[in-house]
Amino acid sequence: MRNLIDILDLSVDEINALIAVANDIIAHPEMYREKCRYKKLATLFFEPSTRTRLSFEAAMMELGGNVLGFSEASSSSSSKGESVADTIAVVSGYADIIAMRHPKEGAPIVAAAKSSVPIINAGDGGHHHPTQTLTDLLTISRVKGRLNDLTIGVCGDLKFGRTVHSLIAAMSRYEGIRFVLISPEELKLPRYVKETHIKAKGISYQQTESLDEAIGMLDILYMTRVQRERFFNEEDYIRLKDSYILTPEKLVQAKEDLCILHPLPRVNEISTAVDSDSRACYFEQARYGKFIRMALILKLLEVE
Amino acid sequence: MHVDEIKNGIVIDHIVPGKAKQIYEMLGLGRLNSPVAVLMNVPSSKMGRKDIIKIDENIEIDLDVLGYISPHITVDIVKDGKVEDKKHIELPEELTDILVCKNPRCITSTEQEIHHVFRLTDRKTGVYRCLYCDTAATK
Ligand SMILES: [Zn+2]
Repeated sequence: MRNLIDILDLSVDEINALIAVANDIIAHPEMYREKCRYKKLATLFFEPSTRTRLSFEAAMMELGGNVLGFSEASSSSSSKGESVADTIAVVSGYADIIAMRHPKEGAPIVAAAKSSVPIINAGDGGHHHPTQTLTDLLTISRVKGRLNDLTIGVCGDLKFGRTVHSLIAAMSRYEGIRFVLISPEELKLPRYVKETHIKAKGISYQQTESLDEAIGMLDILYMTRVQRERFFNEEDYIRLKDSYILTPEKLVQAKEDLCILHPLPRVNEISTAVDSDSRACYFEQARYGKFIRMALILKLLEVE
Repeated sequence: MHVDEIKNGIVIDHIVPGKAKQIYEMLGLGRLNSPVAVLMNVPSSKMGRKDIIKIDENIEIDLDVLGYISPHITVDIVKDGKVEDKKHIELPEELTDILVCKNPRCITSTEQEIHHVFRLTDRKTGVYRCLYCDTAATK
């Protein structure tokens, strides 16, 4: 029995196979409508994340399965002090597969140790969110037609942005990848992420504080939010916040086939005027999230 | 300085100077009834200076703790005045319930009856990370 806790739990071949299944689902959705008939997915959301939960539930419904679960801890026994281990021991008796989100880092590892059914990590605090990364990879491969030979710019909060760390970990396993790390000094990529996933593999990268300088060389631009609470003082925040907002003016310098991604929800880091630009792929990205989750559910349930 | 040779017991040798006190604490040697000698800053041909601990009793000790606090330690088990077993201790791959994760966002901060597990992620630098949240342990 397999779980998905961290994107690196999957090999490159397995990720490529999931992408192939997702592409097949998009092309022939009718072939998959009965695949999970009589199967149940439990969505255990110890902290709310409506988008991710709906994506999982829609995925299971499109496979002909059913869903049950809770969407915040206050409506579940965990608010009465029940441990993650006990909750999982009970729920794994009801469901065939569990997608869980929890505010504490490592909670899905505790769950997986207790569970008799596969566990999917739907986000554990600021730590991992592997189905977001699978969504990012499916989007890149559909938009660009490949996952190798790409210059990938990641922009904004690279220090706390878990989606960025996972994307770098996953993409660094493909050939011909170059990273451009765009952030204020205060929110630079942590050294261990750089050491483990970029330097150890001899991948070329550059660091810059300027989105304007970097944008022209990118094939992919992955935007994240720069949050006020990450700054020590208001002055730095005000000075920096506008330099990491993507606007039509900044895009003048960009390649014609740039692919702009964002894990959503956005606040103001991508101006809504960019939405109508053909290079804006973030809503498409959100839609693809459902298909890659369908492929993942099939894999973990070992449905042919 | 002279400390009597032990007949039956344990000699923990080649301890990084200054670390003997921490080992004494972590192994709970203060709770024993038998004599324990802690020698600090002893001249050593290999290390320049070293600490040594001699325990006048054959007790079970957690070798992982020793390896973590001071790698390259040696442990001699002495029986009837003879060294019966000599162990060379290196950094252990995994530490269970020796370190506590200090990350307040880690599941170990709230989940009851959970083992605190740390894994060696870089043997060169001796960095251990929490199994659950990947936070590096601080010595
Ligand atoms: Zn931890």
